[in-house]
Amino acid sequence: MRKYLLDLTVSSNEKLSGNYILMKLTSEEKLPEMLPGQFAEVRVDGSPSTFLRRPISIHYVDRNTNELWFLIQLVGDGTRKLADLKKGDLLNVMLPLGNSFSMPTTEQKELLLVGGGVGTAPMLMLGSVLKNLGFEPTFLLGARSKKDLLQLDKFEAYGNVFVTTEDATYGEKGFVTNHSILKQKKFDKIYTCGPTPMMKAVAAYASKNGIECEVSLENTMACGIGACLCCVTDTKEGHKCVCSDGPVFNIKDLKWQI
Amino acid sequence: MADLTTNIGKLVMKNPVMTASGTFGYGEEFSDFIDISKIGGIIVKGTTIKHREGNPYPRMAETPSGMLNAVGLQNKGVDYFIEHIYPRIKDTDTNILVNVSGSTVADYVATAEKIAALDHIPAIELNISCPNVKEGGMAFGTSCASAESVVSAVRKAYGKTLIVKLSPNVTNIAEIALAVEAAGADSVSLINTIMGMAINAEKRRPVLSTVTGGLSGACVKPIALRMVWQVAKAVKIPVVGLGGIMNATDAVEFLLAGASAIEIGTANFIDPTITIKVAEGINDYLERHGFKSVKDIIGQLETA
Ligand SMILES: Cc1cc2nc3c(=O)[nH]c(=O)nc-3n(C[C@H](O)[C@H](O)[C@H](O)COP(=O)(O)OP(=O)(O)OC[C@H]3O[C@@H](n4cnc5c(N)ncnc54)[C@H](O)[C@@H]3O)c2cc1C
Ligand SMILES: Cc1cc2nc3c(=O)[nH]c(=O)nc-3n(C[C@H](O)[C@H](O)[C@H](O)COP(=O)(O)O)c2cc1C
Ligand code: FES
Repeated sequence: MRKYLLDLTVSSNEKLSGNYILMKLTSEEKLPEMLPGQFAEVRVDGSPSTFLRRPISIHYVDRNTNELWFLIQLVGDGTRKLADLKKGDLLNVMLPLGNSFSMPTTEQKELLLVGGGVGTAPMLMLGSVLKNLGFEPTFLLGARSKKDLLQLDKFEAYGNVFVTTEDATYGEKGFVTNHSILKQKKFDKIYTCGPTPMMKAVAAYASKNGIECEVSLENTMACGIGACLCCVTDTKEGHKCVCSDGPVFNIKDLKWQI
Repeated sequence: MADLTTNIGKLVMKNPVMTASGTFGYGEEFSDFIDISKIGGIIVKGTTIKHREGNPYPRMAETPSGMLNAVGLQNKGVDYFIEHIYPRIKDTDTNILVNVSGSTVADYVATAEKIAALDHIPAIELNISCPNVKEGGMAFGTSCASAESVVSAVRKAYGKTLIVKLSPNVTNIAEIALAVEAAGADSVSLINTIMGMAINAEKRRPVLSTVTGGLSGACVKPIALRMVWQVAKAVKIPVVGLGGIMNATDAVEFLLAGASAIEIGTANFIDPTITIKVAEGINDYLERHGFKSVKDIIGQLETA
């Protein structure tokens, strides 16, 4: 897939509950094709401690308004500088990068999309694509607390949404893997993105129950396009680049101890 | 348009901009963003006689105005390069150079011999300065005797343009450059990365799996510039300058300090079109100052 280097215009940059922003970007040209699971490398200007670009997942692409959405957690100076951008400002992005979640096979009907924290970001794009293909995906979203649950109404447009919070402020208490939906329903394929311990727990559940599972990794990156080999993960075929061979991997190819 | 052509030994380049090994893949990774044939030379990834997995993750730490890496020469080996990668890139209309690394003199020689047989590779860059491998690598580049032994052995086996890449992790880089020149190198390139480290205080652990790594990016430029200037004064062979070049002004500074060509590394990660911009920017500088050729500014630093 062709990659682009673009200056996109911020059309809105909204502060969400907790420590998150929802940034929408547009362009006079039609935005390039992007697939669920892909990401952008964003250049951060005006932050002396931010030297490299920042990888950010494609949260959603609204073709009606020609807008790209990013859901960003403010963790350091780079992401905080992104929060300062105002409507009309330009943001330099390289995109679309990486592979994508693979579409279900004809036998795979019940799909579970598990997101933890800001790892829910790519799940909205994935849910919208699956819904368009005629699936009714199930979302299972985990967060520390109610204020860390993002975009719930958006997810509800594409499927059933189940929630866990660690402090029981919303949905069921605990981690995603404790949710009762996993006992009630049999899933054919699981997609997940979030903190590594969560993804490992989901992968362990999937492999115990013989369910195909794809995870989206977030290794630290320098180039984002497979040139520097900084972002590797250990697979059964040796080191692979998370930025170009991933970020999505099938758990059967990873060397995770689960 | 000024004349941007420059020479490194027998190697003729359409402009003085090359890409630094390990930061530009095999060039193909960048071809959606730029016409890579417009770059003066592409130096591909560090290549060794056998496949190397490199070091475990994490291999990268961002630092103020720079980064540390500890990739450790991950590559599929020279035979894989010749069979699978060379056929795809050999017809690119620019100079393709291979960065040759090894753990023993015999490894370096064997790899260089195999690359010598490839018609479309006019030169190699001998990496005697990688700080991220346990044996060999930088060890060869940190003493005059070992640098001389590996360069003279490769010189006997390799007839095309031989560039030797120097380590900045030495007390006197000009001495090493002189030893390498005496051993028959056609050119020296400098600098490779500077040994550094990063600590995660919260976790009380090093950031890199290897504890130490190699520093590159804007923060190393003043050190690189000083070393290029010292080496260019000491040797007669052409010098290739690199380390922290982020824009055309940086590149011109290296040319003034005595470099006949420059390489761009880490800056490619921030702007994948930077090589083309720097080549254009060097031309703008020459025109603005009324120089007809890039050769008119090489080593023209006025210190008096
Ligand atoms: C493919 C990919 C997709 C991503 N998508 C999103 C997204 O959609 N939304 C979002 O908010 N974030 C996403 N991230 C993470 C995001 O890139 C980092 O949070 C961001 O780079 C932090 O930059 P900063 O300058 O604010 O913080 P820094 O000052 O760089 O770091 C702050 C803290 O976060 C840690 N950190 C930084 N990057 C990472 C990382 N990649 N993994 C683990 N810890 C890290 C640092 O060690 C440090 O403790 C993604 C990462 C990857 C690799
Ligand atoms: C991720 C990475 C990988 C590198 N790999 C190699 C390599 O394989 N061989 C080599 O000679 N130098 C390697 N280098 C060093 C660069 O070629 C260059 O000497 C150094 O980064 C300084 O230039 P810069 O500041 O422009 O990046 C690597 C540097 C980086 C950042
Ligand atoms: S970040 Fe450079 S190869 Fe993945």
